[in-house]
Amino acid sequence: MPETQHPDDDGVQIDMISAERMDGLRTMEKIRLILDGVHDGNIVILEQGLEPDEESKLIEVTMSEISPDGFTGIEIETYPTGGSDTGILGKLMGKSSKGKLTVIGPANRIETLHKDENLISTLIHEK
Amino acid sequence: MGILTELRSSISRATSSLFAGSEPRRIGIYGPPNAGKTTLANRIARDWTGDAVGPESHVPHETRRARRKENVEIKRNGRTVTIDIVDTPGVTTKVDYEEFLEHDIEKEDAVRRSREATEGVAEAMHWLREDVDGVIYVLDATTDPFTQVNTMLIGIIESQDLPVLILANKTDLEEASVQRIQNAFPQHETIPLSALEGDNMDEVYDKIAEYFG
Repeated sequence: MPETQHPDDDGVQIDMISAERMDGLRTMEKIRLILDGVHDGNIVILEQGLEPDEESKLIEVTMSEISPDGFTGIEIETYPTGGSDTGILGKLMGKSSKGKLTVIGPANRIETLHKDENLISTLIHEK
Repeated sequence: MGILTELRSSISRATSSLFAGSEPRRIGIYGPPNAGKTTLANRIARDWTGDAVGPESHVPHETRRARRKENVEIKRNGRTVTIDIVDTPGVTTKVDYEEFLEHDIEKEDAVRRSREATEGVAEAMHWLREDVDGVIYVLDATTDPFTQVNTMLIGIIESQDLPVLILANKTDLEEASVQRIQNAFPQHETIPLSALEGDNMDEVYDKIAEYFG
């Protein structure tokens, strides 16, 4: 993440990361970009979500970084797919699991109020 | 069930059948914490081997290491299906030791449990990517299935083309809604059961034989 002017201590920084930015990164680079932001207390919004395998690794790396009285993990939300055609046949048909707006934040700061196929409503607690 | 998804499931199951009769298939029992995964694993293991897999508890993350029960032979309609059951820790994206304090657990023990829980979740994800041949996904039918962990895990399982059987557990409780789970994952078959009471286990075993045999 480039140097930015840090917001006031009680503010909330939101990093909106474009699909183009993520496309040029390897899996671990994506995960670091996300988790480094979350460790700083930021809310990270991905224009295009992660692949399932990347989500799996994100969970695994997140678990390895949790510590008592420190980082307690992440809250992550995407829209439910309501059915997937992203396996071999789906890929052959040109379908992809990408394209889902994804919100990620520190577990102790972001709270999901409501989620359905079309709406994610979250509450962000101040520091 | 969508046509493509149904076709893919059929291919997955047909591919699975090609390997039937050779190595036992490793079936991971996955789901969020407190869905009843270990209760189900114990029910299956006790029914077919006489032994349990691990302790059950209402405290989240009681299972903090993947536990395996090998060579479970399930007999259905004159056939024998042999599987290895892998009971995995409940998957989550956050673990706070203070959750354990609410269950009258001392801080030192709570911190140890939370550390083990994080290692267990990471291990469960690793098993899912590398080492299981099929998945039994257990959901608590009394809770909202539209959670991010469920959405992500089902997506990960589908992306690996693993055969998956979704079980709507805890149907012995009045507030259970199997329909809510069917609505959340319409691309998959949902089987209701109470692992605790042993309700509808015959259908569960029929489906295990069909999906993983």
